[in-house]
Amino acid sequence: MRLYGVGICFGGCHEQNGAVALSTQFSHVIYAMSNNDLLVKVENLYRYYDDHCAVQDLSFELRKGEILGFLGPNGAGKSTTMQMLSGNLAPSAGRILINGVDLLDEPKRAKSAIGYLPEQPPVYADLTVDEYLNYCARLNRVPRNKLSNARQDAKERCGLKEVGHRLIGNLSKGYQQRVGIAQAIIHSPAVVILDEPTVGLDPIQIREIRTLITELGKEHGVILSTHILPEVQTICSRVQIIHKGRLLYNDTLSGLTQRMQSTSLVLACRLAPEMKFINALPDVKSVETLDEHRLRITFIAHTNPAEAVAAEVVKRGWGLLELTPERKSLEQIFVDLTAADEAVPEEQAA
Amino acid sequence: MMTFTIAGRELRHLFLSPLAWCVLAVIQFIVAWMFLIQVDNFLKFAPSLAGMANAPGVTDAVAAPLFSTASVILLMVVPIMSMRLVSEERRSGTLSLLMSAPVSMTEIVLGKYLGLLIFLLVMLGLITLMPLSLMVGTHLDYGKLFSGVLGLGLLLGAFAAAGLFMSTLTKQPVVAAISSFGLLLLLWIISWAGSGDARFSPVFHYLSLLDHYGSLLRGTFNTADVIYYLLFIITFLVFSIRQLDAYRLQH
Repeated sequence: MRLYGVGICFGGCHEQNGAVALSTQFSHVIYAMSNNDLLVKVENLYRYYDDHCAVQDLSFELRKGEILGFLGPNGAGKSTTMQMLSGNLAPSAGRILINGVDLLDEPKRAKSAIGYLPEQPPVYADLTVDEYLNYCARLNRVPRNKLSNARQDAKERCGLKEVGHRLIGNLSKGYQQRVGIAQAIIHSPAVVILDEPTVGLDPIQIREIRTLITELGKEHGVILSTHILPEVQTICSRVQIIHKGRLLYNDTLSGLTQRMQSTSLVLACRLAPEMKFINALPDVKSVETLDEHRLRITFIAHTNPAEAVAAEVVKRGWGLLELTPERKSLEQIFVDLTAADEAVPEEQAA
Repeated sequence: MMTFTIAGRELRHLFLSPLAWCVLAVIQFIVAWMFLIQVDNFLKFAPSLAGMANAPGVTDAVAAPLFSTASVILLMVVPIMSMRLVSEERRSGTLSLLMSAPVSMTEIVLGKYLGLLIFLLVMLGLITLMPLSLMVGTHLDYGKLFSGVLGLGLLLGAFAAAGLFMSTLTKQPVVAAISSFGLLLLLWIISWAGSGDARFSPVFHYLSLLDHYGSLLRGTFNTADVIYYLLFIITFLVFSIRQLDAYRLQH
């Protein structure tokens, strides 16, 4: 008999392993909150391409030990934001502070605290991995006597030890991506900005890169953009959803998990359960048949009829096989948020 | 410091590709051919020159025409060498490596310029070896030779600066090559215009790359000519820095 989370587990503790660990990490960050921990502060950022507004009124902060996930569909303004944060693109208005230094006023000082991986890894195909990383380290002013240590360290962390003498142009896409990440962390910057770091990698490489990012998040602040929702769920401690250049949602992962709670249960029984008995239970809003043995029970928000449902099933002798709280997928939240956003202007127009 | 790092990378990139070697070999061969023709001509006319007062020496008869020819060939070659300096990095996305590193636009531009300039100076050195080899058999006018080498060096510096600027304007290396070739050729022949009009002719002559080079080849070291080239180089380098800065403002 499978009995999933009946009754007990409704208060936001579904993701026991991931979410709780991360939320404790986050509360620790809140306690330790001081200006020293504030790595990135973005204030009212705007970016126009001619008349098209790619990013509007974007404000957020990144603290040490956080992995901030930027989530949005294609063309939402993720890459534009990343480019502005890394100094590749000047904002039309607004302010970016990196480690307390204004990126526009003192670009050199601010940029020394940034490691940036663009969508396309900025690698030279005609150099070997070692030559390339040496060049990157020197560009980022790593002192000569620490150069080889920095290179070895970056190579080790990104799993590049075996390919140091190979030409980057001959490496696979996955390895080139790793070289790109190694380049971004070689000078151990305070902030690591990764634009879609797992695009084009195979599942094993994706897992390795995610582990690497989680590890980076312990010592650095990491900002990563992606349109892959599970990626955010696995590695990020905070999530920002951006759509059409505006920030729709900004919360910790545990907040997101809470939001993912839905108001429905799925009930499966050995014998066909009868809808009318379930419908008569308190707090139940509606019941819907999924197939002969399975029902979806929608209930009133902030209540929990799971216990009553279980008791009813036992009383009627239907043979309880499964009682599962349904959770909204991140996809669902994402679609809800973006759809709600699109609905607003239409209402205004009408 | 960062300038040299970037210059080193540019040089490496040049010599890692066959392009630099191919250009060096072809230029060397063509210039050597011209050199032999000049030497041959000189030997043919040497007996009749001997009787003349104020006759041109071997430096005038061999080195000056050689540098003159080399400059025309390099007018076509430098745009090909300079075309990919910035445009290729923009195209392949590697420019963001430099943009997000703690390096100023000035350092990027100077580094790229210096890298190309060192390559061109190597080429200049190889070309200069040819007239220098006449040392073995005859006396050379070293002042005139130096003046010619200086002229060709400044000219190459000017070509490279203009080429670098054109390379910051576009993502397409070939477009950069053609437009810098066009610009250089225009500045080369600009003095042909207005030769009849006394009011404009000095302006066109001053703007011309060719005229300033010509006087240096004749052995006339005029500060104005040197300053012309230095101004030309600085102007285009400043334009390049501005252009690279503006790249962050608008795509």
